Amino acid sequence: MNTFSYLKQFAPEKGNIIKGLQEIQQREGYLSKEALDRCADFFNIAPAEVEGVVTFYSQFKRVKPGRYRISVCDGTACHIKGTPLILDWISTDLGIGDGETDADGLFSLETVACLGCCSLAPVLSINGEIFGNLNRKSTLRILKRFKKAGVSNAD
Amino acid sequence: MRINEIRVGVSSCGLAAGAQDVLNRLKERTDVPVLGVGCIGHCYAEPLVEVLTDAGALMFGNIQAKTKDIDALLSLSPEKQLHNRSERTDKENLRITGMIGKSEPVDIDAYISFGGFDGLKKALTRSPQSVVDEVKQSQLRGRGGGGFTTGVKWSLLAAKASNEKVIICNADEGDPGAFMDRSLMESLPYQVLEGMLIAAHATGATSLYIYCRAEYPLAIRNIRTAIDQLRQRKLNVIGNKVLDIEVKEGAGAFVCGEETALIHSLEGKRGMPRFRPPYPTDSGYHGLPSMISNVETFANVPVILRDGATSFSSIGTKGGRGTKLFALAGDVKYPGLVEVPMGITLGEIIYEIGGAEPGSVKAVQTGGPSGGCIPASLFDTPVDYDSLNSLGAIMGSGGLIVIGNNRCMVETARYFLDFTHRESCGKCTFCRIGAKRMFETLERITAGHGVMDDIEFLEDMGKKVKAGSLCGLGATAPNPVLATLRYFRSEFEAHVVERQCPALECAALCDVIINKAQCTECKLCLKNCALNAISEDYVVDNDICTRCNSCIESCAQDAIARVTAGEGFRGSVAKEVG
Repeated sequence: MNTFSYLKQFAPEKGNIIKGLQEIQQREGYLSKEALDRCADFFNIAPAEVEGVVTFYSQFKRVKPGRYRISVCDGTACHIKGTPLILDWISTDLGIGDGETDADGLFSLETVACLGCCSLAPVLSINGEIFGNLNRKSTLRILKRFKKAGVSNAD
Repeated sequence: MRINEIRVGVSSCGLAAGAQDVLNRLKERTDVPVLGVGCIGHCYAEPLVEVLTDAGALMFGNIQAKTKDIDALLSLSPEKQLHNRSERTDKENLRITGMIGKSEPVDIDAYISFGGFDGLKKALTRSPQSVVDEVKQSQLRGRGGGGFTTGVKWSLLAAKASNEKVIICNADEGDPGAFMDRSLMESLPYQVLEGMLIAAHATGATSLYIYCRAEYPLAIRNIRTAIDQLRQRKLNVIGNKVLDIEVKEGAGAFVCGEETALIHSLEGKRGMPRFRPPYPTDSGYHGLPSMISNVETFANVPVILRDGATSFSSIGTKGGRGTKLFALAGDVKYPGLVEVPMGITLGEIIYEIGGAEPGSVKAVQTGGPSGGCIPASLFDTPVDYDSLNSLGAIMGSGGLIVIGNNRCMVETARYFLDFTHRESCGKCTFCRIGAKRMFETLERITAGHGVMDDIEFLEDMGKKVKAGSLCGLGATAPNPVLATLRYFRSEFEAHVVERQCPALECAALCDVIINKAQCTECKLCLKNCALNAISEDYVVDNDICTRCNSCIESCAQDAIARVTAGEGFRGSVAKEVG
């Protein structure tokens, strides 16, 4: 059983709850029910309050993401440069919509507010690696590269 | 010419374009010092490399980690050299960002050698009151969008008789399309911290926090390294007090840019705003007197102390003093980070610095989702707080998104409302429900089901949401719609009355056709259509087509185009007629 022992690096006070949740998500990829219970226990606050914080902030994920997390930037600059089309192309190629993970657990797709690389718009990031100046061709090429990497690194 | 030093821009956008590989390759290839520096600002040509030679500095752009590019660079071949953008350099005035690109961002000795901490040193020789007065005299106004006079805020905190006072740097740059604060933190972390230390001296603050959005990992890393360096050098000791500086990460909520929401988030709560008063300077973080200012505001402070308030306020207009950073993006040739004196016109920024073709631009969106669009006909407006307000837009934090002629303004307004209604924290009814109803109405219009009453509803509800919301998010959320209605009403009417999208952007209001005269029947479009909407004889069935543009992007002949709805072929209609 996961005891989330690494929470001990934080002082057990309420102000650190967001830090704690971020640390768990960083390590586990998402926030499970056990993780939330452990947080409530550790930071000594009501489970409902933890739930309240988790649902308020869009960074926190309650479902396990795919191995490759695709974040398509939908900031203003990217949006007017074609984010809706890019989402469409990725959805068609991978068969998943915004906020979904594919059946193999390889890719998950989400839109994010702004990655701050507006001069390279449109932009997406996969596990933090940023790809800019996208068009249909380069988007599909990037997906292909990660599909290939996913197959050769299969557990 | 002998090469003395090479500088590669390795901020987020440089890295996204491949600057890290370039830096590594250059280090392998040459013995001269190769530095990874901050954002040089010419983001349109990333990765950027500056080469210092005996005969001066040369700037190279679009350098990839390929042998060909590296060879060209090391032989100083003019091929990859950035053409002299003198239009840009003439208009810019780099007072805040003057040190960017000269050294590695976290190299404290380099920062000091370029005159860093001079402002702090000067401040520490003076009484707190005289530092507050200096900032007041400079007429610096908050750069985060509020535009409140910084010196007045400082004097409010300074007047509090409390043993503990808090200063918070608001680095929750949630405005999609803005990256000024990210650039400052990544490239000039010491200058931001120096500004905070000066503020601490002037106001007697004991704890300093930086609330940064989690989406900026490099900014967070650089700021944290810089804080460690400050501690090692004991630069965080003001008088006999050791100041505690801490970075806290946000978790993805736009509303946390609002100061009371930000405080709640720092305390580990849901980031919901509360009624003011009490203002944070009376009761803020954990009830302590607190002052919240934006990253760029703090970055201005060392410059004011170093050069004096008079020098600072000699730039700009009555409606805004000093220089302002803008994140220029969208439909311009040269997007990037620019620093210009207040009072410059929008046209100078967009056409001369941004290199947009006159006539190709429809409007510019200032202030992101809280701001409004300004049509090209008003581009001679000077950029300062008051002038932009009078047009129904706002200065905001400095995002400038240029909207080209081929974009639909109704869709742009829909986009902003989509963002704000989702980011509404839900506390105020008008923001929670009103903004959602406005968004739904805009969805209906872009889907081709709008009626004239919808336009009136948008105007009416927009005013009510503005009046009935507690914080800046709700009070400004309708701005993009109201400004668009003010300047581009005819586009709304075209959607509603004629069921047309003049820019051919709204998918429901256009068809796709293949121009047989240009088509070479190469099958590329057939292969690229995931829905088999194109027949063997090259006709698009618009009943099946989702307007994903895959065929248009794949066509080498430019034979496929969007047209007004009704002009394309529809299988169902053909069946009925046949």
